[in-house]
Amino acid sequence: MSINKQDVQKIAHLARLALTEEDADQYQNSLSSVLSLVEQMQSIDTDGVEPLSNPLEMTQRLRDDVVTEDNQRDAFLANAPQSEAGLFLVPKVID
Amino acid sequence: MFEQSISTLAKQLKNKDISSVELTQAFLKRISTLDSQLNSYITVSDELALQQAKAADALLQNGQGTSLTGIPVAHKDLFCTQGTLTTCGSKMLNNFIPPYESTVTSRIQQAGAVMLGKTNMDEFAMGSSNENSFYGAVKNPWNLTAVPGGSSGGSAAAIAAGLAVAATGTDTGGSIRQPASFCGITGLKPTYGRVSRFGMIAYASSLDQGGPMAKSAEDCAHLMQAMAGFDEKDSTSSEIASEDYLANINAPLAGLKIGLPKEYFGDGLDAQVAETIMNAVKEFEKLGAIVKEISLPNLQLSIPSYYVIAPSEASSNLSRFDGVRFGHRCDDPKDLLDMYMRSRAEGFGQEVQKRIMVGTYALSEGYYDAYYLKAQKIRRLIKEDFVNALNEVDVIMGPVAPTTAFELGSKTNDPVAMYLEDIYTLSVNLAGIPAMSVPAGFVNNMPVGLQIMGNYFAEAKLLNVAHQYQQHTDWHLQTPEMAKGA
Repeated sequence: MSINKQDVQKIAHLARLALTEEDADQYQNSLSSVLSLVEQMQSIDTDGVEPLSNPLEMTQRLRDDVVTEDNQRDAFLANAPQSEAGLFLVPKVID
Repeated sequence: MFEQSISTLAKQLKNKDISSVELTQAFLKRISTLDSQLNSYITVSDELALQQAKAADALLQNGQGTSLTGIPVAHKDLFCTQGTLTTCGSKMLNNFIPPYESTVTSRIQQAGAVMLGKTNMDEFAMGSSNENSFYGAVKNPWNLTAVPGGSSGGSAAAIAAGLAVAATGTDTGGSIRQPASFCGITGLKPTYGRVSRFGMIAYASSLDQGGPMAKSAEDCAHLMQAMAGFDEKDSTSSEIASEDYLANINAPLAGLKIGLPKEYFGDGLDAQVAETIMNAVKEFEKLGAIVKEISLPNLQLSIPSYYVIAPSEASSNLSRFDGVRFGHRCDDPKDLLDMYMRSRAEGFGQEVQKRIMVGTYALSEGYYDAYYLKAQKIRRLIKEDFVNALNEVDVIMGPVAPTTAFELGSKTNDPVAMYLEDIYTLSVNLAGIPAMSVPAGFVNNMPVGLQIMGNYFAEAKLLNVAHQYQQHTDWHLQTPEMAKGA
């Protein structure tokens, strides 16, 4: 299974990764070789096999909808690349 | 002192033959002398370690504490440690100081252990050689031109060289067992859900599991006493009560049924590694174990299944790194999209970007059934193989890896060859069962690990089996040349 450079740029866009032309060339090769590796799955008959998403087949536990954590706004903002007045700052979204 | 077991050190601390401050200072000094050769630590937390050592000494003075109180350990730099840099081996988290503590490190701290620092690793735990770290490759203490294995390569190298008594690791597809094998130490990947994932930076959430790494099975058992157990903060944590991992560690092995899967001894396995593993199996026979050939017919499919499931989950988990709330942000973003795309391209290394893209592709419209769903169906076949085998035998044994540690740089240009190295470890994570790597000999002076796999929640059994082997062999007590006399 091989993919072309347009596919690579499309995947990179979906994954929000900016690739240069050289990057895209390189990933075209490495992604194609991984996809070839996983291609062997297609020859296996899995009709009637249920997919397994959790090895213990557990379902997610629910908890009561109550507040369990204190507000730690300042602690969380300390790691933000940019913040102001208790808010995360990002580039302008709406003109 | 640097080769002592946790039990011996705990006794010395309790008897005041040595204080935790003295022990901690000795380890810190040794790290500053030797680690330039290995690069096993990303961060050494001197000040915090000495504070914790003082607190441990105060407890010990009053006759309090556990067997871990005052013992210097290291944590893989993937566990969030409040107030201490946590990079996950990535440029993305070059400046990330967690505002909270992972459950694993918190429990080990509550047991009184001293944190020496955070160990090097493949970026976001993606790798089998520790060459994918933004902070540089780690060297194998047994041969400084060989890899230590990955992704928990820093923890394994640090223990082998006596730069920590024990350490934590995480294992998504072999990341505790393979470096343990390559560095000649003991490591345990517990059952999925046995050890809390809260505060562990996620790679593939249905496969990730933290566990202990140390010189011996007994030392791993001491760590499990603190690490294991239900945690309400992890929604996939098991509510099954954890065991006393030391209580039955001395139980005799007479009558133990060992399964040897023929698929673990086929093409691709180095002949001398195979011989080493078979010698270890003979040792178990001397202890009264019964050996039987078994089959895990879908073993080969674990590679494609894993390399779809793990990247898919990674592509979802790593979407949180967007340059908004934490982590790297590019300079002068022209708009929000530009900020996301450049921050992620600059912050993630090549292997991480590649796996994110593989996962994004596998989950994208039109491909989900053919890739992710198909891989999950095959995952069930692999699990059923283990369930059937473990109905017949108590434990399964085989190699951890097809070879001993390979040379640095020898596989970096052929990533698929690197993926194939994981053939004996991936299936364990897909099935969710526990497994260990135990030192079993040397090939050309490089360590070989025996893999011991067991049933769900049979960690105490595995530790018992490994400990009995270590009572009759001394492979786990060998020290690499670079760590001698220093």
